[in-house]
Amino acid sequence: MADTVKLPEDSFKPISADDRSALDSEKIAAPSLTFAQDAWRRLRKNKGAWISLIVLAIVFIMAFGSIFVSPHNPNAVNPSYANLPSKIPGIGINGFNGTLVQAGQRVDAYKQAGASNLHYIMGTDYLGRDLFSRVLYGTRISLIIALVATLFDLTIGVTYGMFSGWKGGRIDTIMQRIIEIILSIPNLVVIVLLILILKPGMTSIIIAIALTSWTNMARLVRAQTMELKEQEFILAARTLGERPMQIAFKHLLPNLSSVIIINTMFTIPNAIFFEATLSYIGIGISSPQASLGTLLNDGQKNFQFLPYQMWWPALVLSIIMLAFNLLGDGLRDAFDPRTKE
Amino acid sequence: MAKYLAKRIFYLVLTLFIVITVTFFLMKLLPGTPLTNQAKLSKSQIALIYEQYGLNKPVWQQYLLYLAGAVRGNFGTSFQFSDQPVSYLLSSRIGPSLQIGLQAMIFGVIIGIIVGSFGAMKQNTWVDTSATFVSILGISIPSFVLAVLLQYYLGLKLGWFPIAEWGGFIYTVLPTLALGATPLAESARFVRTEMVDVLSSDYIELAKAKGLSRTGVIYHHALRNSLIPLITIVGPLAVNIMTGSMVVENIFSIPGIGEQFVKSVLTNDYPTIMGLTIIYSFMLCVVLLFTDILYGIVDPRIRITGKAN
Repeated sequence: MADTVKLPEDSFKPISADDRSALDSEKIAAPSLTFAQDAWRRLRKNKGAWISLIVLAIVFIMAFGSIFVSPHNPNAVNPSYANLPSKIPGIGINGFNGTLVQAGQRVDAYKQAGASNLHYIMGTDYLGRDLFSRVLYGTRISLIIALVATLFDLTIGVTYGMFSGWKGGRIDTIMQRIIEIILSIPNLVVIVLLILILKPGMTSIIIAIALTSWTNMARLVRAQTMELKEQEFILAARTLGERPMQIAFKHLLPNLSSVIIINTMFTIPNAIFFEATLSYIGIGISSPQASLGTLLNDGQKNFQFLPYQMWWPALVLSIIMLAFNLLGDGLRDAFDPRTKE
Repeated sequence: MAKYLAKRIFYLVLTLFIVITVTFFLMKLLPGTPLTNQAKLSKSQIALIYEQYGLNKPVWQQYLLYLAGAVRGNFGTSFQFSDQPVSYLLSSRIGPSLQIGLQAMIFGVIIGIIVGSFGAMKQNTWVDTSATFVSILGISIPSFVLAVLLQYYLGLKLGWFPIAEWGGFIYTVLPTLALGATPLAESARFVRTEMVDVLSSDYIELAKAKGLSRTGVIYHHALRNSLIPLITIVGPLAVNIMTGSMVVENIFSIPGIGEQFVKSVLTNDYPTIMGLTIIYSFMLCVVLLFTDILYGIVDPRIRITGKAN
């Protein structure tokens, strides 16, 4: 039977490149993302981390912008305007309208001081210095200390960890023992001892925090390095005769970056916390310099009568710590989606 | 196990030896003497005082004497309180610190377990969100801020608890709360993550399939297995409590070693600082050793891998 099936001739021709790209099944729906882009996308999806990032950006801009534009001079003493409560124009709520409870009555402290036309957003301290400017200034000092200490911590911790993990064997054992010994004394005790030796001040605080906080980073980097160095691409690099330094920079560091970034997000609030604790104890930053810790210490003395003097720095400190913690969590989920569920 | 224990105790002793050595020589680098008014004293008086503190001997002899003393719990004489041996000063103060520290740890971890497991059980609901919020807040608020707030609002305004000093149990409530916040937050976070993991594992499915009640599954299977790794964070939490106690004891004027440490730092009382550093380090080492051993006992898998190494 010559009952042939009639197939159109052109079904057997190779389709042109134009037609192929028009086919749905061959289409790649989304552009392929690099690791960083992917992490960024996941970070933006995480509401808490995203808000934290914005909050931190605002805090940074305000703290460092206050070098150029500050509402008042943070060190300008004005005894006649001492201890004025916070007054924000347009807000009538008690606590923000410049009134104070004195002898059981609420009075306008600004009128008493003869400063009705002025308003200090966070009030003034016992020397009449503008608290808002001082909080900005203190935040700046705290952030500088934390960032510089973290920078040191990054360099020491990452180098130490990579070296230890890469070398392995006896060197690794000895290096890990050293870390264990450092970890066997509470960090704050070591920091206090170092500050006593280096004389209290900003530099010695930075050095002391940097010298003690790198251990965690070193341990994480070591563990990751040990895992990485067994992998094929490192073996390939070695076979091709790359020097260890090159391997470290070209192959290890990029692969370690997520661990490093995440850990940094937890080191910074730690450094801020240590600085605040030291200043609070009284061996940290000394006046006329101020940090969030010294402001808290000053505010705490008068907390019963002038609670706002402690509330404001405490609020700012807590917000910074909160934002860094949330951002750290968010980054961890963003870099390593497996950790979440 | 005995071999492992012996090895660990050897390392503990070695660590303490290094800590003592390093702190001793660091302290020797520091300026300052036990003399309050050097200009007014005659040479023979100074020599006499130096002899009293053992400072007239060469450094290596002082070091050996100190080491020999430290083994027997003798840390020299305090500079601040003349004639008071450091060991006496500290032994009378360690009680309150230990009590508050332990209470804070127990309180924090127990409440943390409850908060964390509720968060995991009701995952992605408002319960979970608020549990996470509590734990993030607890980590973010420094303990000294919390201490002042508690002291003012619960102590002074409401008058529920004494605001300071040291007496019976009631005096320990506020410091315990202030110090316990971080352990609470940390362990809640930890337990939640662990429990979410455990709840999705096969043996939980099996237990559910066998018809166990919800509380039975949670209590007998999920909770127990998610609590084991919690032992690993006890060490870091102990550090946190020790650090926090320095400030919190100061705020509540509790006669503990944390308060003494701050006082000694501010008055350059080197023998006391040294003694305290050694005591802190000793306590931390013991906690770490204890948690490692406990972990090995509770989780047999660790012991086996430990042997393989």
